[in-house]
Amino acid sequence: MSEATLEISLTVNGEAVTKTVPVRQHLVDFLRTELGLTGSHLGCEHGVCGACSVRVDDAVVRGCLMLAVQADGAEVVTVEGLTETGEIADLQKNFVERNAMQCGYCTPGMLITASELLREPKPVSREEIRGHLSGNFCRCTGYHAIVDAVETTINNRLEEG
Amino acid sequence: MKAPKFDYIKAESRSHALELLDQLGEDGRILAGGQSLMPTLNMRLSQPGTLIDINKVSDLSGITLEDGVVHIGAMTRHVEVATSPIVAKHLPLIAEAMKHVAHHAVRNRGTIGGSVALADPAAEMPACILALGATLVVESINGRREIAADDYFKGLYETAREPNELLVEILIPSKKTGEVSVFLELAQRHGDFAMAGLACVARVSNKTFEELRLVYFGSEDRPTIGTGAIAAVIGQTCSDECKEAAAIALANDLDPMTNLQGSAAMKLHLQKVLTGRALDTAVERAEAT
Repeated sequence: MSEATLEISLTVNGEAVTKTVPVRQHLVDFLRTELGLTGSHLGCEHGVCGACSVRVDDAVVRGCLMLAVQADGAEVVTVEGLTETGEIADLQKNFVERNAMQCGYCTPGMLITASELLREPKPVSREEIRGHLSGNFCRCTGYHAIVDAVETTINNRLEEG
Repeated sequence: MKAPKFDYIKAESRSHALELLDQLGEDGRILAGGQSLMPTLNMRLSQPGTLIDINKVSDLSGITLEDGVVHIGAMTRHVEVATSPIVAKHLPLIAEAMKHVAHHAVRNRGTIGGSVALADPAAEMPACILALGATLVVESINGRREIAADDYFKGLYETAREPNELLVEILIPSKKTGEVSVFLELAQRHGDFAMAGLACVARVSNKTFEELRLVYFGSEDRPTIGTGAIAAVIGQTCSDECKEAAAIALANDLDPMTNLQGSAAMKLHLQKVLTGRALDTAVERAEAT
């Protein structure tokens, strides 16, 4: 069977992109290999670890569980995009200050998933933060520092109004 | 791993999807939310000839209430079900179950129709629609038919849907006055596959079970009604003896599968524990209303 391909046009981190891709290529392979956006990581490649999390049309999704061709016409935002806009600069600073990473492999996925809690911040318990992050694996930190960093960021944003 | 080679067609409309399903037969596979299909492709556990993507078919999603029945389109994503005021008010069992459906990012893509069409034995939605006596609407190029949830689940990932049929809608009777529901699930990590789980719908008066439906999932090859456990409890007043009788009867209702989520013996034990908790909670909720 020959490799089926399709041309797709989408927006990635605010820039228009048109490429021809194999239909079987998932979104994160497309971002990494075609566009060089290596911030989105592949851990398990079957939807368990969350390292591949990206934003598609304003919703966080597993980048490994969506085909690149399905992103035709979509707006995709990766951790690089979130960094450029400064949307999560405070979260990133708190990750560093609280040492909420060791190897850093899970960090982009953690940041993107946590960013959902920051968009319309409201008081949340640590339990709720853990629940929200439950689909993202970290094998280094034991999660405590990550929850600290997210909690601090939410509280600071709430204080600043 | 990477997915094997396949062809991909984006269905432009419902009729286009039905035509493709009919032409391709077993070789075609519907791609809805993809949250179960994509992992099996990436792990090369499935090898469809052609994926028929129905994500752009607009008239397959939405939640409406009509004459006491909640209509949920098959492509309605879990996040929409979880945040729907109609579901919160009229289908409290499903609203409670949604908290256990996978993780945030998966709920943003996964669909109720995909979950029911796949019929994963550890999934929440199949158990809920069986407990609530829902009706499944399927369509093919030959027309539309309705399948009662009681007749739908046939075995491990096997359902009454024919290969050329598309699940288009789920019709769920809304909560009746005096009815209470309880959804319980045990998983190793919040949002993971169930080790054991139970969907319960009941009518309770003075701590006595007048009507009861218990549907177990995560342990059998399909969502399973606890017929013996229900018979042991119906007409009885909730007590330790009553719960014990249900637990004893349950051993004949269930024949759990050992899998990564636990051994058969442990699953049966957990289902018994959940049964007692569900009966207690049903009584508490009935008294609170």
